[in-house]
Amino acid sequence: MRDKILFVIGVAAILLLARDINAIIDLPEERNQGIIFKIIFFHVPMAITALTCSLVAFIASIGFLITKNFKFDAVAVAVTEVGLAFLAGNLITGSIWGRVAWGIWWAWDARLTSALVCWLLYAGYLMLRRAIEEPTQRATFAAIFSIFAFIDVPIVIFSIKWWRTQHPAPVFWGGGSMPKDWYALWAWNVLAMMLVGFVFTAVRLRQEEFQREIDSLRREAHAI
Amino acid sequence: MAYVQQVATIFAKDLRAELRTKEAINASLSFALVVLLLFSFAFDPTEETTREISGGLLWIVFAFAGTLLLNRSFARELGNDCLDALISAPIPGSALFLGKAFANFVLVMAVELIALPLFGIFYNVKWTSQFWELMLVVVLGTWAMTVTGTIFSALTVNIRLREVMLPILNFPILIPALLGAMQLTSALVAGKPITEDNSAWLKMLIGFDVMYTAVSVVLVETVLVG
Amino acid sequence: MNAVGVEGVWKFYGDYPALRNVNLQAEPGACLALIGRNGAGKTTLLRTIAGFARPGKGKIAIFGDSPRDTRARRKMGYIGHGISVYDELSAMENLVLYGKLYALPDPKKSALEWLQRTGLERVKDGLVREFSRGMRQRLAVARAFLHEPKVLLLDEPFTALDDRAIAVLQTVLREALAEGKTIVMSTHQLREALELATHVALLNRGQVAFHGPCTPEMVSDPGWVYARYGEG
Repeated sequence: MRDKILFVIGVAAILLLARDINAIIDLPEERNQGIIFKIIFFHVPMAITALTCSLVAFIASIGFLITKNFKFDAVAVAVTEVGLAFLAGNLITGSIWGRVAWGIWWAWDARLTSALVCWLLYAGYLMLRRAIEEPTQRATFAAIFSIFAFIDVPIVIFSIKWWRTQHPAPVFWGGGSMPKDWYALWAWNVLAMMLVGFVFTAVRLRQEEFQREIDSLRREAHAI
Repeated sequence: MAYVQQVATIFAKDLRAELRTKEAINASLSFALVVLLLFSFAFDPTEETTREISGGLLWIVFAFAGTLLLNRSFARELGNDCLDALISAPIPGSALFLGKAFANFVLVMAVELIALPLFGIFYNVKWTSQFWELMLVVVLGTWAMTVTGTIFSALTVNIRLREVMLPILNFPILIPALLGAMQLTSALVAGKPITEDNSAWLKMLIGFDVMYTAVSVVLVETVLVG
Repeated sequence: MNAVGVEGVWKFYGDYPALRNVNLQAEPGACLALIGRNGAGKTTLLRTIAGFARPGKGKIAIFGDSPRDTRARRKMGYIGHGISVYDELSAMENLVLYGKLYALPDPKKSALEWLQRTGLERVKDGLVREFSRGMRQRLAVARAFLHEPKVLLLDEPFTALDDRAIAVLQTVLREALAEGKTIVMSTHQLREALELATHVALLNRGQVAFHGPCTPEMVSDPGWVYARYGEG
């Protein structure tokens, strides 16, 4: 039953994406930057999805610390991995955009820099998990770090923005603005991204639960 | 006031143990000197440029040297299973944490207060014009490093690749605090007072310190016992 | 009230149960010997009772309090595999430190007393890292008993002790039992343990396979319990 629902959502997400891409292709090109400006339809929704993943991870981590139920831990790791993937997508699309529009692969502008720092934060989360063998300890420590990381996200965004306000540098996306009639399409794409993220998370969640069962069976077998 | 006494007992114990062997503090100090030296080879800047980059340079030195000290914090308890004895003692986990954090703070400050004048000498920079403001920034920035470093030291004490995991986890979290400390330090070393603009960094540093101290004190029991 | 009460305790590592529905009690003045093969869960059980880890299910009570409660911690003394004293500090400094942590009225006096009882008063200002192994073990005993705990939790205490340290420990334990203290100790050294024990519990794969008084038969033939209740 669960698989069927997931399948339906997955198909819906793909159809939505396909429709959006079709519509995006038909849109006129932006004045200043040309066709590359359309990357905003993916670049920003990916960031929004990643931020949502960070919030869900935070809630799941608190949930685990309170209930000690491993379902919360599974959600935390699944959603963090998916969020990392989307954030990487955000960084890559941002880099491509910069290369095409301004000729440079990277600039230390506020948003890209914040995204990079957040990526490092949550990559640390995954590395921490890998360094701990015992499942209960791993879940507990990962949850604690996830809480620390989530608290840092707004501080990172604010402080890097303030740094760039004091020391201005070329802003990657200054100058282009999205025409108002594009907003609806953009919002649909945000939804499509979120749905894709949801499906990936659910699949990863399933895999995590299987892995836990295998681990405990293995321990049981070794004890005999 | 039993709590304060407990914190003081742990604080005194950590300091006494470290000062008797001086292993970590020697390593940290040597490392700070080497990094200062390496930077001078790498950049060879004019006095004007040095003042601009002083914040970044100093805090990179402080952060890396500090990591060497912070790693030892809970690791020193592993030797003879002393951590078990501390956890089973009738003191709150937060008292253990704060005692260690204060001890770390003193040790890291000691290294910084030696590195600062050496920086002035090696790079030929007069850094004392805004001395007390600079000290305030150093104190706030060091406490930020210390509080997250100590809690992560507790988190990583029993896991694989402990020495590597501590900086990997600690530095990204610290980036906002380090950024603020660097901006303020550069300005103060250059002799500019703390203006409207910079005061935002000061507020952010204070907020960072308060927030992470609170979160660490709340969560340390879970880190130690689970 | 029981000195140590373990009710329906399960301990999980992930989904794997290292302790399964363990029920044990020790009355004040009892000496409970925990025996079992390696991997049976003795250390896990002792550490859970001592409050180093929380049980997944069930309850542990030390004179009615949870082991993490400050009242309970004041009454407990734990000796694990390590000696839990600092190499860089002297014997005296170590004991005074623990005396302060346990809020003893006169840490220095208690420290001196226990240094005398364990035969270490001549080296009281020596750094622990210069001690011989036997001396370190005796200091570990002094540390655990310093705050006059009512409940002693010992994880294989006789393992790797030299003769002098064994003698000291046995004396100290006998005195403690005579004073009405409670001891729970896990052990492979059946002979030394069963001489002191009033009760025996056999752990097998995380479960209590046997729990009852220590009989003369057990003392004369330590392997008897394993043969009767254990596996192979």
